[in-house]
Amino acid sequence: MIDKNRRNFFKTSALFGTVALGASATAKAAPENILSDDRKGVLVDVTHCIGCRSCEWACQTAHDLPADKIHDYHDREVFKEFRRPNNDSYTVVNEFENPNNELLPINVKYQCMHCDRPACVSACIVGAFTKKEDGSVVWNTDMCIGCRYCMVACPFQIPTFDYHKAIQPDIHKCDFCYKRTQEGKLPACVEICPVEALVYGPRTEIIRVAKHRIKRAPNKYLDHIYGEDEVGGTSWVYLSGVDFQTLKFPKHGTKTAPGVSESIQHGLFAYFVPPIALYAWLGGIMWVSKRKNAKQANEEKI
Amino acid sequence: MEHEVPQQVKHKFFTPGVIVLLIIALNGIVFIAGRFLFGLGAVTNLDQQYPWGIWIGIDVAAGVALAAGGFISAAIGHILHKDAYHSIVRPALLTAMLGYTFVAFGVFIDIGRWYFIWHPLVMWNPNSALFEVGICVIIYLSVLYIEFLPIVTERFIGKLNMKGIFSFLNKPLDKLLRALDSGLSKTMFVFIIAGVVLSSLHQSSLGTLMIIAGDKMHPLWQTPILPLLFLISAVAVGLPMVIFESLLASKSFKLKPEFSLLSRLGNYVGPILGVYLSFKIGDMVIRESFVHLVPMDLPAIMFLIEMIVGVVIPMIIFLTPLTSKSVSWLFWASSMVIFGVLLNRINNFIIAYNAPYALEAYIPSYGEISVTLGAASMLILLYRFIVINFPVISLPAPSGVHNSNK
Ligand code: SF4
Ligand code: SF4
Ligand code: SF4
Repeated sequence: MIDKNRRNFFKTSALFGTVALGASATAKAAPENILSDDRKGVLVDVTHCIGCRSCEWACQTAHDLPADKIHDYHDREVFKEFRRPNNDSYTVVNEFENPNNELLPINVKYQCMHCDRPACVSACIVGAFTKKEDGSVVWNTDMCIGCRYCMVACPFQIPTFDYHKAIQPDIHKCDFCYKRTQEGKLPACVEICPVEALVYGPRTEIIRVAKHRIKRAPNKYLDHIYGEDEVGGTSWVYLSGVDFQTLKFPKHGTKTAPGVSESIQHGLFAYFVPPIALYAWLGGIMWVSKRKNAKQANEEKI
Repeated sequence: MEHEVPQQVKHKFFTPGVIVLLIIALNGIVFIAGRFLFGLGAVTNLDQQYPWGIWIGIDVAAGVALAAGGFISAAIGHILHKDAYHSIVRPALLTAMLGYTFVAFGVFIDIGRWYFIWHPLVMWNPNSALFEVGICVIIYLSVLYIEFLPIVTERFIGKLNMKGIFSFLNKPLDKLLRALDSGLSKTMFVFIIAGVVLSSLHQSSLGTLMIIAGDKMHPLWQTPILPLLFLISAVAVGLPMVIFESLLASKSFKLKPEFSLLSRLGNYVGPILGVYLSFKIGDMVIRESFVHLVPMDLPAIMFLIEMIVGVVIPMIIFLTPLTSKSVSWLFWASSMVIFGVLLNRINNFIIAYNAPYALEAYIPSYGEISVTLGAASMLILLYRFIVINFPVISLPAPSGVHNSNK
């Protein structure tokens, strides 16, 4: 009886192991996260921005979001309130008092930073986010299940959700005008900006431009390119004359957001070895304790 | 000791308490309907700053932790073969099965596109902690149903007695059940071990979930050893949950509490809590996160309640002989551990989450609370229904003669 049980035990365990291995072999790779050398980026120079909000209008129009007439966007009343990108506006411009010059308020445009090591790409349960070759981080509506883990993960609190849609609520965020740039056009905001507050180009190039601007006018700029190293680097980078925390940028280190979490995750699942080892170990204990029990005559079926 | 076998509890289903639970459940169902008709925003206080609320923090995260009794008792009863404890395995299995069913249900109502809930099965992102939790929970839930099947076959084998036009089915169905039963008893150990492995995996991955939130999470809770802490606390709460339920069930069905068995189980709890506490304190010392206690703000207070009421006090009680002397000490000490783990999950997922641009704090809406309470009531009602109709709870053989049938 014991022997038969034992044989049975091994046979069935082996079967289970094969299934688990088979599953691991067919596992699809993680969602794409391409870090191409000529990925694009945008330099936002907040010292140039005049707060005309044309970029907001251009963005709304380019993404078929509800938009007023462009003229209405020049209304500065909205600056009374601090605004955030939302599910019906992917970029917003805010205004801050200038500690150095009361007459010259500071305007700052916000949107998705298109991180090089994006938390949203790493976190999404189904891999609905992808980092493309041009640096953009885009979302795929056909995959998303609406769990909102991307919102929990994003270090810049960017993805937003259609809370008031019962069917097919979407995740919304700036897509770096992926469609337009594929057609060879500029991102809508960059194209319309009247004062070159937004500079588009290969990321290495715009970092060079930013460094040059700092060097040329060290009194005007802080010696800090926000996004050059923050959370492992972002496609959109910022130059400013005042501290970035006063402009409500989160203070981040250079560690990538998904780094810790991914290494734990991969440690727990390294080629399915730890789970299978645990399985084998427990099976061993079970077998031994069962045999001990069987020896004590009182055999028990599981 | 008398010989005890699992059998149906002879007790009527409806009592005043059951009616109250039914009303709470119905109230929850109203809001669940509202959520499906009008979207999450209509029922919840979630917003662009606070994407996760109590449905994730309590129904899912705490639900998974509190269902840990299932894998702990399976490990003790089946893997370590401590036969004396066999009577706790079935009730704990039932709780785990129902608990995980409601966890899945919680996910189903919380995700925006519930009709795509199957996507993770075919769209894999192995980098995602949530993906791992999801897959493990799906497989574990199936394993739990398989583990429960023998209880169903046991209930019906030789007792099938359908009347009228279906009576010709009785024989073949009985044969089928017998075949199923013998097949299951040969392979069951595979599922039992798999259940323990899957549980260890997703209990810890649940802890990995919030790590990616980085600075957004309060440093009193954010630590790279969160997966380990989640696993240990799940192990720690497993036995108190078994004790708590068993005592409640004996009270509700007017049975004799299995005190000596339960208090022996209780002996394991103190040391496990001690391990948890030492990891937690060690981590706080290494990362110097204790400085965040000084402002005595809401997170600090919640943290202290969690640690003192939920860990330190019950640990001390469990380490003294009190719990092996009195049922009420055992009950209250177990309740405190359960409270501690529940609060820990709420703290990790809600209190610790510090949305960078929030204008106002997240406070769960009436609808969210109704759904959470409603789901808990439904779970209790189903538990009651199943132990009355299936052989889950062990009673003295041959039949539960001594329970008063009030
Ligand atoms: S800013 Fe947020 S949403 Fe944008 S790429 Fe980075 S992690 Fe993703
Ligand atoms: S809400 Fe959609 S995009 Fe965001 S993590 Fe969930 S499945 Fe992915
Ligand atoms: S269009 Fe250019 S100048 Fe105008 S608000 Fe946008 S970034 Fe600033």
